[in-house]
Amino acid sequence: MSEEQFYSVSSSPHVHSGASIHGIMRDVVIAMIPAFIAAVIFFGLDAVRLTVVCVASCVIFEYLSRRIMKRNQTISDLSAVITGMLLAYNLPPSFPTWMAIVGSFVAIVIAKQLFGGLGYNPFNPALAGRLFLFLSFAFAMSGNWTDWNYINADNIAAITGATPLGMLQESTGSISFLSSNSNILNLFLGRVNGCIGEVSSLALILGGIYLLWRKVITWHIPVAYIGTVAVFATILYVIDPTGNASPLFHLFSGGLMLGAIFMATDMVTSPTDKSGMLVFGIGCGLLTMIIRKWGSYPEGVSFSIFIMNAATPLLNRVCKPKMFGLKKGKA
Amino acid sequence: MNILKAKFKIHGGVHPKYRKELARNEETKRLPLPKILRISTTQHLGAPSKPVVKKGDYVKKYQLLAEAAGFISAPVHSPAAGTIKDIVAGTGATGTPISEIILETNTTSDEDLVGVFPTNDWNTLSPETILNRVREAGVVGAGGAGFPTYVKLSPPPGKEIQTLIINGAECEPYLTADYRLMMEHPKCLVEGIQIICKVLNVQDAHIAIEDNKPEAIELLSKYIKDNGIENIKIATLPTFYPQGAEKQQIFAVTGKQVPSGGLPSEVGVLVENTGTTVAIYNAVVKDLPFIERTTTVSGYGIENPSNVIAPLGTPYQDLIDFCGGAKDGVKKIISGGPMMGFAQATTETTTTKTTSGLLLLTAKEISQYESAPCISCGRCIAACPMNLMPAELSQFCEAEDFESAAANRVMDCMECGCCAFSCPAHRPLVQHFRTAKAFLRAQPKK
Repeated sequence: MSEEQFYSVSSSPHVHSGASIHGIMRDVVIAMIPAFIAAVIFFGLDAVRLTVVCVASCVIFEYLSRRIMKRNQTISDLSAVITGMLLAYNLPPSFPTWMAIVGSFVAIVIAKQLFGGLGYNPFNPALAGRLFLFLSFAFAMSGNWTDWNYINADNIAAITGATPLGMLQESTGSISFLSSNSNILNLFLGRVNGCIGEVSSLALILGGIYLLWRKVITWHIPVAYIGTVAVFATILYVIDPTGNASPLFHLFSGGLMLGAIFMATDMVTSPTDKSGMLVFGIGCGLLTMIIRKWGSYPEGVSFSIFIMNAATPLLNRVCKPKMFGLKKGKA
Repeated sequence: MNILKAKFKIHGGVHPKYRKELARNEETKRLPLPKILRISTTQHLGAPSKPVVKKGDYVKKYQLLAEAAGFISAPVHSPAAGTIKDIVAGTGATGTPISEIILETNTTSDEDLVGVFPTNDWNTLSPETILNRVREAGVVGAGGAGFPTYVKLSPPPGKEIQTLIINGAECEPYLTADYRLMMEHPKCLVEGIQIICKVLNVQDAHIAIEDNKPEAIELLSKYIKDNGIENIKIATLPTFYPQGAEKQQIFAVTGKQVPSGGLPSEVGVLVENTGTTVAIYNAVVKDLPFIERTTTVSGYGIENPSNVIAPLGTPYQDLIDFCGGAKDGVKKIISGGPMMGFAQATTETTTTKTTSGLLLLTAKEISQYESAPCISCGRCIAACPMNLMPAELSQFCEAEDFESAAANRVMDCMECGCCAFSCPAHRPLVQHFRTAKAFLRAQPKK
């Protein structure tokens, strides 16, 4: 050993599990691949176009804003890629490219980097981008549907111009046909109108199982969220089966699976402790169903997660683990 | 059956790469007496010992070098005969300033020693005599903290100890010194336990061992059975870090939670490390002061990983040379284990009563990262054995809001490192908490 050898000196622990932000984000990207495949199957090149545009513009905006703010580059942590994918998944296939770029700008620059970047953003960036687009370009966001796979009561297909939840919102008569087995199966597989990444519950659930297996997320938020929606929808359905869609319809329609598995579980903007996660999930579920049932929008997943994002700092203060060696009632 | 399974599951914990195979089958070897020993007067928790020798003095082996300076303190004895060259200021393994007694050992007449008075039957000794011998021998907790054992064995009045736990978990990766002790000296260990039981009048003792040491479990269980001992049981613990943490181990074995800020005696439990227990045996039965200990020298950066008995005050370099020297590519030298040990800037540091390991780690074993902001993934919370919220605490510490950190129990953090080990953002969580704790300790008590 040479005399000049220097040793690194730092605080313990000196070993590490090997977990990294890049690794977590990579797992999330992998988990979103089934939904991408489903999107391509159902919407063709438009799905590819929107995903590529959103991912590329998110990464470029992240790179530029870090550069302009003279901060270290973070694009390699892949979080901008995820934001881009999530944003694209939240857009209808006919969505114009330039608007998607605007959405990416809002998501990355305004909702994320202006707050300090990954870790400091109070709201899920993709969600903020989507809501901006939703409120600014309502017409484009509501989609321009050319076909409609639903089968109505008389077995006559092709009622154009609505997503399943839009159909539910607009219908005046009996809607029990929406809950027919063949329609539920279409919903589950994704053969319906909707945003490109949200339609296939099957693909999203596969991704969710992967995330659970890789321990990137825990079951608390998705189960609390989806469970609350299921319970709420069941109660409505039991009270009035003709005026309400079935619980299965609610579970597999709209953005619930995408929201519950990929958006509400965003670590930065959801509570850190398990009890807080449960409250967060239940809150998302209640708000989603309230908006779906009584709100003026057909879908409430984005709004409910956004509102619960705002409640996260508060939940983190209230919901803490019970410390070892501390008797009950003492704080 | 004298083997019990721990009934209670501890929250959190992590599974680091243990790498115990490097040294676990290496029989303990004795280091040839180094020419120079630099013996710290801070070998324990509490007041540094006060030197009773001066420059130029000739000392015998076992002779008192420094006496206890207060109730929570311990004496230090000479590991060898020799001449005191000087008493100088130095730096301890933890980086704190210490004073060192430099001893030039007399390698020709090593056996020039102070007379010792072994006991044939320690059972005839009164608890007071036993306690006295433990105190005078300078026995301190060998697990790492170095709390004076004499103080630990004198619980405050009204606090009766019902359960004794001997901590043989050795949950730190790499370290195998306690394991070797259990394998090689079951008699000393078991008699040491009986001595503690007698002092404290305890009927119920457990040796807590992680289930990744089946040989030690089997050997001790057989020894206990063969000798018809009924008051000692083996408690097997699932293998994970930090199974050897005192409060966590008490919970795993008895289901009792030591209150926040409290001592184990408040729930009627006493935990002693295996090395300490053998030191107690040596002090009481052989009348030997605590002058040497087993240290695991390991890591991918050392030629021959070994378990070495070395006198106190041995420079790390002597241990490294004895184990075949360092390989190329050593990035970090650690005193202790990789989870809680202290990184060393130099190999001039010397061993103390608490040096359980000396690790030479290469780049692939250690973590060197730049830290990023917290992404609130919650892995630290899932890993924290004290059920704290490390993510939140570290943000308080970064903002130097130590009051909020204290309100959120940063003082209950035992610095086990599970949080930082799990953190994907590689945040220096333990460092934050150490800063906060040091700051809070320096504050006048309200």
